[in-house]
Amino acid sequence: MPSYVIPEKCDGCKALDKTACQHICPNDLMVLNKDIMKAYNREPEMCWECYNCVKICPTQAIEVRGYADFVPMGATVTPMRSSDSILWTVKFRNGMLKRFKFPIRTTSEGTAEPAGGFETEPDLNSEVLFTEPDSIGMDEMWTK
Amino acid sequence: MADFETQEITTDVLILGGGMAACGAAVEAAYWAKKNGLQVTLVDKAAMDRSGAVAMGLSAINQYVGLKDGQNTVKDYVDYVKNDLMGIARDDLVASIARHVDSTVHLFEKWGLPIWKDEEGAYVHEGRWQLMINGESYKVIVAEAAKNAIGTDNIYERVFITEPLVVDGRCVGAVGFSVRENKFFVFKAKAVMTALGGAVHVFKPRSAGEGLGRAWYPPWNSGSSTYFTLKAGAEMTCQEVRFIPVRFKDAYGPVGAWFLLFKSRATNAQGEAYMETRRDELEKWKPYGLVKPIPANLRNWLMMLDVMEGKGPIYMRTEEAIQKIAKSEGDEKAAKKKLKELEAEAWEDFLDMTISQAILWAATNTAPEEKPSEIAAAEPYFIGSHSGASGAWVSGPADIAPEEYQWGYTNMSTIKGLFCAGDASGASSHKFSSGSHAEGRIAGKSAVRFAVENSDIPEVDAAKIEEMKKEILAPLDKFAENKKDSSDPDINPAYMKPKMFMFRLQKIMDEYAGGVTAQFSTSKAQLEKGLELLTFLKEDSEHLAAEDHHELMRCWENVHRMWQAEAHVRTILAREETRWPGYYYRSDTPEMKEDWEAFVNCVWHPDNAEWEMKKVPIKRLFE
Repeated sequence: MPSYVIPEKCDGCKALDKTACQHICPNDLMVLNKDIMKAYNREPEMCWECYNCVKICPTQAIEVRGYADFVPMGATVTPMRSSDSILWTVKFRNGMLKRFKFPIRTTSEGTAEPAGGFETEPDLNSEVLFTEPDSIGMDEMWTK
Repeated sequence: MADFETQEITTDVLILGGGMAACGAAVEAAYWAKKNGLQVTLVDKAAMDRSGAVAMGLSAINQYVGLKDGQNTVKDYVDYVKNDLMGIARDDLVASIARHVDSTVHLFEKWGLPIWKDEEGAYVHEGRWQLMINGESYKVIVAEAAKNAIGTDNIYERVFITEPLVVDGRCVGAVGFSVRENKFFVFKAKAVMTALGGAVHVFKPRSAGEGLGRAWYPPWNSGSSTYFTLKAGAEMTCQEVRFIPVRFKDAYGPVGAWFLLFKSRATNAQGEAYMETRRDELEKWKPYGLVKPIPANLRNWLMMLDVMEGKGPIYMRTEEAIQKIAKSEGDEKAAKKKLKELEAEAWEDFLDMTISQAILWAATNTAPEEKPSEIAAAEPYFIGSHSGASGAWVSGPADIAPEEYQWGYTNMSTIKGLFCAGDASGASSHKFSSGSHAEGRIAGKSAVRFAVENSDIPEVDAAKIEEMKKEILAPLDKFAENKKDSSDPDINPAYMKPKMFMFRLQKIMDEYAGGVTAQFSTSKAQLEKGLELLTFLKEDSEHLAAEDHHELMRCWENVHRMWQAEAHVRTILAREETRWPGYYYRSDTPEMKEDWEAFVNCVWHPDNAEWEMKKVPIKRLFE
């Protein structure tokens, strides 16, 4: 059923105006049941298993159970995302475990500076983009 | 009418979409807008951090030309794209993107995207044009730069754009609605840049239940680019050039690293490599059948021939590839170390961009070094940024485009003030994530120049906007008025829900327009029957019903898909040949014909609702 919410762990992001999963889902699937203050995936068959709800959940209340129409049961893939890396735990159907850790960014969150430090003064009427030609690493933009 | 407050926003440059191309447009337009005292506004149907096709992440950047190190030239890239698309490409647009894409990749690196480097500090290539990245946060980083450039006050998230505003042949804005609250939005602008994604779920997917969402391209790509540009009256191109990716079967995990980095072979169940045993078939598709690399659609085709002869399953021979690499290391210790590295690389490839494939491998106890994994052709997608080519017909840059292909502003469609990039612009395939961003930048700058030079905004008739609002909210009214007539909110004689509407569209396309169950084959007779059924569907779109904001978005997404479908069927019908046999096969015109080495364009005319088909000559940039 793609992503699902574990009721004991979900607190409905009670301090916020909307839940984190609802904020992030690219397909508008996660929604808060206000009666019980628990989030749920309202359209699991439209879920891409992108894991963005899993990664963002502040209480680790969201997991993914592989699509039942073609995935044998029993495996899990669980991320732990920090500000600079992500740790994955892959549990196989036969119980085998694998762990992988990969970097996710080389700068601090929020610091992406649009011009990237490249300084140029091109003209609005030319085809040269801002930061160019510096950012291409050439003296000038290619033309025919 | 449903009670929705109308909120009107007037800006200078309006960017529609929040994916790679839109983020490129935002960073670029922000710079030029600031210099000229203009405002840039962006509208996204989701949250920019994780919207668009790169929402999950990516494990590679597929377009990097390497101009500064002399690795390749712009012409090399143009040749590659033209050949892969069997000659059907706008060299000028491909060159335009290729000359800027390295600049964009270098910006990504500065912003914080980890790009793999070798011991000498050079980028690690997956293939000639592909760079390996740690791309889990690729979109987060790219969105961050865009947000920092235009400011969060100028970004509207969770607003679904439905219709263009066009006055006297000029696009002056767009309308849509919030998917969170009762608000109808009217955006007015001097220039509009659209990058609303490709189209998924136009064809019936292979999966049948929960797995419906596991399309190769994300299911939130609902044909909005095509719809928006078509409805504005813009000329469209390559609407027949769909893409069918061959990927690991069912979960659609990427095969690029396996084919390119690990040099894996694909074989049928008897161990025969179809790329070798069926080599002679390539003669039939020359000159493109004989180029290197062999075009993606022909690689598909050779595999499909094996499948049709019952020689499947088809396997990626991961075990062979891994053992071969390990052996080449010499001693056992080095081989063991290499294997460990390869294993992490192979898993990261999935975990960065197709986590479902990691689940599937774990659920089937797959050890790639021990056993091969099945690959298969997915369902068709519309994606101007990858190996398909569908999108709007846009102006090329003045310094390189042939006269016939330029009309003043780079990346402007044939509608004044309407700019397109990414999946929204056609005939410029293989731009992928990085090229889409670069193209967004090109279009973003161009849109600012247009706004500076066309500073008036023609007035939109208020009554017309009110009429659009009524039409857009109609599914909510349909539901409210008729729900009492049935005890089941989904089954009602007066309406249909968007999900069933989508299934009906998918069934038509699958069976008549060459989907999976038709083995990607169609014909004039099939297409004409399909069009007849699409006409009924179009009439029934007036009976769509929505219970809430979410369903209202689903209604319009599926109307967008339906228009993409119609443009596709009409264009396949117009092109009386088979040119990309591994994407679709016209059984009544099974050969590639020289006189069809041309673009097939189409226009839907808003004034009389008629379709016009055009055969447009190809002008090459290089001989």
